[in-house]
Amino acid sequence: MTTVPINKTVKKFSLVRALRENRVAQGLFLIFPANLYLFLLIVLPLLLVTGLSFLSRGDYGQVLFIFNPANYARLFNALYGKIMLFSLAVGLGTTLLCLLIGYPMAYYLAHAPSRTRSLLLFLILLPFWTNFIIRIYAWMMILRSGGFLDSILQWAHLTTAPLGLLYSPTAVMIGMVYEFLPFMVLPLYTSLEKIENSLLEAGADLGAPPWKAFLRITLPLSVPGMIAGTILTFIPAMGMFVVSDLLGGAKTILIGNVIRNQFLTARDWPFGSAASMILMLLTMVFTLYYTRKAGFGEELLV
Amino acid sequence: MKLYRMVAVLVLMAMVLPACGATNTASKVLNLYGWSDYIPQQLLDNFTAKYGIKVNYDTYSSNEEMLAKIQAGASGYDVVIPSDYTVTIMVNQGMLETLDMSKIPNFTNLDPRFINRDYDPGNKYTIPYQWGTTALIYDKTTVPFEPKSYADLWDPAFNSRLVLLDDEREVMGMSLTVLGYPRNATDPTQLQAAEQKLIELKPNILLFDSDAPENSIINGEAWAGLVYNGNASLAYASDPNVVYSCPTEGCTIWFDNLAIPKGAPHKDAAEQFLNYVLEADQSVLISQEFPYSNPNAAALDYMKTNDAEFYASYMAFPGTNPDDAFLANSTSIIDVGAATTLYDSLWTDFKAK
Amino acid sequence: MSEKKPALWLRIYTFFAYLFIYVPILVLIIFSFNSQKLNLHWQGFTLKWYDVMFHDQQILLATRNTLMIAFVSTLVATIIGTMAALAMQRYHFPFYNTSETLMYIPIVIPEVVMGISLLVFFVLIKFTLGLVTITLSHIAFNIPFVALVVRARLHGYDNAIDEAAMDLGANELTTFWRVTLPTIMPGVLSGAMLALTLSLDDYIITYFTAGPGSTTLPLRVYSMVRFVVTPEINALSTLWVLIVFVILVIGQVAQSRKA
Repeated sequence: MTTVPINKTVKKFSLVRALRENRVAQGLFLIFPANLYLFLLIVLPLLLVTGLSFLSRGDYGQVLFIFNPANYARLFNALYGKIMLFSLAVGLGTTLLCLLIGYPMAYYLAHAPSRTRSLLLFLILLPFWTNFIIRIYAWMMILRSGGFLDSILQWAHLTTAPLGLLYSPTAVMIGMVYEFLPFMVLPLYTSLEKIENSLLEAGADLGAPPWKAFLRITLPLSVPGMIAGTILTFIPAMGMFVVSDLLGGAKTILIGNVIRNQFLTARDWPFGSAASMILMLLTMVFTLYYTRKAGFGEELLV
Repeated sequence: MKLYRMVAVLVLMAMVLPACGATNTASKVLNLYGWSDYIPQQLLDNFTAKYGIKVNYDTYSSNEEMLAKIQAGASGYDVVIPSDYTVTIMVNQGMLETLDMSKIPNFTNLDPRFINRDYDPGNKYTIPYQWGTTALIYDKTTVPFEPKSYADLWDPAFNSRLVLLDDEREVMGMSLTVLGYPRNATDPTQLQAAEQKLIELKPNILLFDSDAPENSIINGEAWAGLVYNGNASLAYASDPNVVYSCPTEGCTIWFDNLAIPKGAPHKDAAEQFLNYVLEADQSVLISQEFPYSNPNAAALDYMKTNDAEFYASYMAFPGTNPDDAFLANSTSIIDVGAATTLYDSLWTDFKAK
Repeated sequence: MSEKKPALWLRIYTFFAYLFIYVPILVLIIFSFNSQKLNLHWQGFTLKWYDVMFHDQQILLATRNTLMIAFVSTLVATIIGTMAALAMQRYHFPFYNTSETLMYIPIVIPEVVMGISLLVFFVLIKFTLGLVTITLSHIAFNIPFVALVVRARLHGYDNAIDEAAMDLGANELTTFWRVTLPTIMPGVLSGAMLALTLSLDDYIITYFTAGPGSTTLPLRVYSMVRFVVTPEINALSTLWVLIVFVILVIGQVAQSRKA
């Protein structure tokens, strides 16, 4: 689908013209900075990690240049499988909750008066420009026995005893949803905002009730936003352990804890690298399969 | 949108321009790398005032993080603050400079009990900075009975009422000593038994917290637990019903030290700093701000004559001043070399249960 | 075209959702005035932590560094990320799959791994650790986030508009600048804001790529947790939030005036 410029006068070769007329060149030009940057700062360091995963740990935690494939073998046991599944569950739970809670918010934002739209968007992110630790500490203050929540509930005579929410799985989920909500709402919003009202009006004209219009028009068109939101929420949520450590009392161990421990307390960098490679591979496969199946980038296959 | 862009650019310029003027090539600089607020700002200011050396104070939140970073090759730091077992690891990998003791004459201010310890015989690489213990804490008014040993914590009366440090060595060590094994055991059978014992304790554990375990004691959510002396001192300051004691199985003693990483760019300034910290009147500032134990005997004497009331409270609480019986029943955590990975696997397994 | 106003229940729901988001912030702000250093219980009202904060050279330096890094890395990552999103949603080119996989790596990689690998990498190529290395690292993890959000916006973008513009005589650059960009701007801005947020709060990667004297706010706060996180940090956060809020409100008023 190339376009022919109306004013085609001089026929000398120019890079700019070549770029203009050749769509493949345009594509390459646009992707080049990202590819170069990521190659230098992600791929090269990652090659180091891959190499590291095949080496051995010295007695004092230093890295020995001795080939050791056992790092990968160690990973395939029930313990790490269990931890992995648990982390997956936490990630999935967080993502689903964020989707359910965030979708109506994003919908409202997409249909809010255009003057206030950007303000409301900023307002969602504003709390996240405070410090992460302080936010979680604030939640601890709210959820602890005799804390904010307990005080209000007891004052309103809704409860008589402390709820004991802190250091429980509920507290962890509250914290996780709190931290990841913007990552779901923002992509959803950009997707929903794009949907033209004319489509909905057409649906209404054809006799569809609002809920049906939503199900058949809005929802499918917001799928790209849902995918982006899911990726941005699920994957980091799976690896996030700080919330579980602080609000959950560090009573469980997630895959993020395991990897962090290998690089810090256990000082077994080769094993940690191997665990990271496996985790990355699994997540990558999942992401690519899921996005392709759900149609991200599908117009290119046409 | 245009307004936002303008504002953003202006703010960005305002941030960047001052930086353009500043130079960081001053020769009189000291790059300090330690925990936040572990060294009183007053001490640093006094040091700068006396020697004209500017101090950059960068921070980490655990020994392991500092170790990981320096092992990976980060350089430029002049002084670090490793704990005893970390010193062993760093010395074994040649990561520390030897100290020129002629530059640190104030070394004699230190209490002889706290120098020449087994992690650095002859103090070739380190100066003890602060020391402390890890032991039993409980609130007299909330506990069903006063625990005298770690084994007491396994009592079902403590269901969901214990706070433990989130530290595999300390907690495994506790379990090992309850079973009568050495705190730094490396025998896999003993370690596995210790892990099984810990699994029995799980129902009693309310939370793991290495950062501020005293908070749950102060709040009454936890009744007893395993904490550092600093945590205990903070708890005691808020609630005089808090008791900190060395249990029958024995407790842990730890040392934080000042050391100079290999290749430090300002070694002279570093040694000057190490010497300055040991001055009696400067060392007192540390005790006044932080609830740990001070190995500097001269500083304690200074405190006795100049601030008798503070000295009395310092000496009265076992968190800052454990008595001889307490100390006699304490051991250090030692790096266990290759067994480290076994400890980690067992800890992971225990937490995953 | 009439804009359908969202239903009442939706408005009420969103109100409570915002409440959920802001309750901890209110707690945070209130406790910046707490006279208790441990900041566990409310003890009394004081302004002293604001005073402490303004005199704390370390904190001020850290704040400045954090803002600089955030702005620069967001700017660069937004440009590169938007370009990449355009490439992936609208063009065929060789190695498309590789490029896409490359984009996802920073999202799937555990932060500790990225931090340590970058550190080792910088050390190997003898690049001094400092503000520059931190910024370079932030750009690296920000690019995919921007790209992903912009892609969601671009999905299903109707090229007919672009073609119409070009038929009318605009060249590719003008078309992009006047037609495409404004249409995808909400996506670009969302991506940029996400990147900014990620950068402001980053700890692990920043920790490993920082050098002497290049401390940031998260680094200072995280290391305070071992001791006491005093209300000073609450004071800083409160001030920060208030400043941004005021800027936003001014911007909003200015925009309404324009209309």
